Amino acid sequence: MSGALKRTDFVQPREFKFSKENMKLVEAHIAKYPKGRQASAVMPLLDIAQRQNDNWIPEAAMEEIARLLDMTRIKVFEVATFYTMYNLEPRGKHHLQFCTTTPCWLMGSADVVKACEKHLGIHMGETTKDGQFTMTEVECLGACVNAPVVQRNGDEFYEDLTPDNVIPVIEALKAGKQPKIGSQTGRQTSLGPLGATSLAKQAHDTGNQIMGEPAPAKKAAKAAAVPTEPKDSTPTDTKPKGKKK
Amino acid sequence: MPKLTIDGLEVTVEPGTSIIQAVEQLGIEIPRFCYHDKLSVPANCRMCLVEVEKSPKPVASCAMPCADDMKVYTNSPMAQKARKGVIEMLLINHPLDCPICDEGGECDLQDQTVAYGFDRSRYREEKRAVKDKDLGPLVKTVMTRCIHCTRCVRFGEEIAGVEELGVLNRGEYLEIGTYIQQLVTSEMSGNIIDICPVGALTSKPYEFTARPWELRKTQSVDVSDAVGSNIRIDTRGGEVLRVLPRLHEDVNEEWISDKARFCIDGLKNQRLDRPYIRQNGKLQPANWPQAFEEIAKRLKGVKGERIGAVVGDLADCESIIALKDFMRTLGSTNIECRQDGAQFDASEPCGWRFNTTIAGIEKADAILLIGTNPRTEAALINARIRKTWLAKHIKIGVIGQQIDLNYPYKYLGAGPETLEELAKGKGAFADVLLKAQAPMLILGPGAVCRDDGLEIHALARKVAEKYNMLRDGWNGFNLLHTQASRVGALELGFTGGDLDKMLKGDVLYLLGADEIPVNRIGKDTFVIYQGHHGDRAAARADVILPGAAYTEKNAIYVNNEGRPQLAKQAVFAPGEAREDWKIIRALSEIAGKALPYDDIAQVRARLVEANPIFGAIDAIKPATWKPFGKDGDCDKSPFGEYIANFYMTDAISRASKVMAECTDAFEQGKKEKTGTHG
Ligand code: SF4
Ligand code: FES
Ligand code: FES
Repeated sequence: MSGALKRTDFVQPREFKFSKENMKLVEAHIAKYPKGRQASAVMPLLDIAQRQNDNWIPEAAMEEIARLLDMTRIKVFEVATFYTMYNLEPRGKHHLQFCTTTPCWLMGSADVVKACEKHLGIHMGETTKDGQFTMTEVECLGACVNAPVVQRNGDEFYEDLTPDNVIPVIEALKAGKQPKIGSQTGRQTSLGPLGATSLAKQAHDTGNQIMGEPAPAKKAAKAAAVPTEPKDSTPTDTKPKGKKK
Repeated sequence: MPKLTIDGLEVTVEPGTSIIQAVEQLGIEIPRFCYHDKLSVPANCRMCLVEVEKSPKPVASCAMPCADDMKVYTNSPMAQKARKGVIEMLLINHPLDCPICDEGGECDLQDQTVAYGFDRSRYREEKRAVKDKDLGPLVKTVMTRCIHCTRCVRFGEEIAGVEELGVLNRGEYLEIGTYIQQLVTSEMSGNIIDICPVGALTSKPYEFTARPWELRKTQSVDVSDAVGSNIRIDTRGGEVLRVLPRLHEDVNEEWISDKARFCIDGLKNQRLDRPYIRQNGKLQPANWPQAFEEIAKRLKGVKGERIGAVVGDLADCESIIALKDFMRTLGSTNIECRQDGAQFDASEPCGWRFNTTIAGIEKADAILLIGTNPRTEAALINARIRKTWLAKHIKIGVIGQQIDLNYPYKYLGAGPETLEELAKGKGAFADVLLKAQAPMLILGPGAVCRDDGLEIHALARKVAEKYNMLRDGWNGFNLLHTQASRVGALELGFTGGDLDKMLKGDVLYLLGADEIPVNRIGKDTFVIYQGHHGDRAAARADVILPGAAYTEKNAIYVNNEGRPQLAKQAVFAPGEAREDWKIIRALSEIAGKALPYDDIAQVRARLVEANPIFGAIDAIKPATWKPFGKDGDCDKSPFGEYIANFYMTDAISRASKVMAECTDAFEQGKKEKTGTHG
């Protein structure tokens, strides 16, 4: 989202070359597409460049990619500016992307943002003086079930955040440790608050494991906590019923 | 063939026709922004929505192909409501600064809002603003006005072949921009001004100059190259304010080059507006009788063979025939139009015309370019080649300079040797040409403006014959010219003189000839310069006769294909300047050899008598194939560059400030780029 953030306080490196190992990746990506269609590899190449270059893509890298893929520079630039996960300006070592779209916002993302801003002493769109953290606002990260969500460097999701449990994550990062990825409240993946409910009976009947429960060999009885009628197995009816809340 | 009903009218169309095209065939109007019949169809503006029976939603008519039994309603309540909605959305971020916008009065958004939109705004929120881009001295940008139709981007990609504009960012931040900060370097960039449906891209030189309803419009032809682009000259109060392209599918489609569009400010500078006579080494203002008498005096007693005449690049056919007749009455056959020293054989029309025709390029499947850079020599011919390449990926081979042509080609070699090999059937491109169904070659000025031009002309003919470029209904041999007057002068036989001898003769008549080697003119040669600009040759003249520029006379120009076209007078020539053929006619009388025509109709009758092609305006009479050129050895030196600076090639463009700015902005940059670029 380069339209939102325009920084001028940095220097564009004059040159960019893919490292030896990355060049192998680059070639592998190009090889995936038929000859003459190599431009299709532009997205993975931009990503590789960004990873190689401390989280951002300099102009020299776009020019190098244009050359490698035989595209015009403007075409590379179009792609690079379209996707918010390509950074065209230097970012902190930890680029924290806060989802503030409706589901996350309903679940309190605004408070999470505020807590982090206070803790780090920066605002959205800024980078801490020590170059450790950048905070940016992003649209739905596709993990709404575990809202609110923060993404780090485009790879890791921290979910189920609250103003309290987000600070330890930041502290761990600061200390160079790897915080737990995923839900910060301890729930397993996106399991609902009532545990496994939908399709539980069908899972039982077919001998499949139910999330949050031991393997089916033991045939745990509590699996059928919410009995479902066979006719309820249509997709629209498999959601937890509201009244059970 | 699909048969459908549109607004109750039945129509049968070619398969693949879109609804918007079918509707156009019926003469019904559908508003649109992104759709342009010469560009691809992105269908992103949604202005062209129509109702189609059985379709629950309105349909984008530009992208929907016609199908059997479709029932289309272009003006139903559903269609009207859809349009209103689209206009309202487009206006959300449009600044509504029409009173200070140059597009006002000819703006698609303005017109269509009045015709199809709401009569008031319901939007009370804030609007966004977009930073303007620097596209160079020709195109002014006000990017906040952009409605993201992407026509300009597609024009760059598809027609001009310079992918420099692009769609950056997304959503609220979406904007049209260039890579980092880059100028748009195309010979045809001005056309994005015309296709931009709003005031986002407007003409910089024309900025805040006039409103369209104040202008008088004159249909004419361009003379900045030999393509003969059809133009419209917009004038107000005797001043040419702008030039726009006029549709001619067989010549320029609906584009013109930047030089044709923007050199017009040169019409106001350095004009010759009264006769001059050299007295005591200095040019002194004079009147017409004095100037004529001075010439008549000098002509007296001079032998015909000591008199020579050269026509320049902007001369019209009427004045060429008048000058030719005048020279004949003076007993001189020293006449020449190839002032640049081009050495091709001028005896057969098939040898000097663009025989394939410009539209014919689209039928070609292999093109050989010899000593030419069509990009600067004939930008619209280059655009046709690119169009053909884009459509069919035809094979293109180049002998000569290795330059960026906006389409890929196979580089074969630098000079005549490569051509010789090809004539012997050797070389990589021989196979391509042999297999081609419709091969063509374009011989450029870089190949014939040299001492062995005649031999190269013959060699190119042999290549054309060997590779079967001449078949029924197909002539693949073309000689490319860059001068608007050249083909007309050749058709009228204004050749045969020895340029060197003429320069050293007693009397030299220059009809706007500025590209001759002025410094080689003999010390005692009496030079008559007839023309409209105080350019290179006027300074050497002994008598100056002020003529009219192409916007100031009714005249015929023959384009490269051999197509005579009419230029119409849009304004009056400045001061005492007169139409050129009339000057020669008047002079002939005072010199005692009055030419036998008194009005333009009689001159044109004389033109037809001299060459029947002048009888049919806008038509081409195919030339019959005959041998031309001279057998012999060619020099080994490579073909050179003919036009060093696209923006300054004639007296008008050299007098133009805008063209000077372009030279600074684009040509200089190009020079710096050489080596790493292309
Ligand atoms: S600048 Fe004009 S032509 Fe280009 S996208 Fe915007 S509105 Fe369309
Ligand atoms: S709304 Fe935040 S992840 Fe979807
Ligand atoms: S004209 Fe059809 S969508 Fe723009």
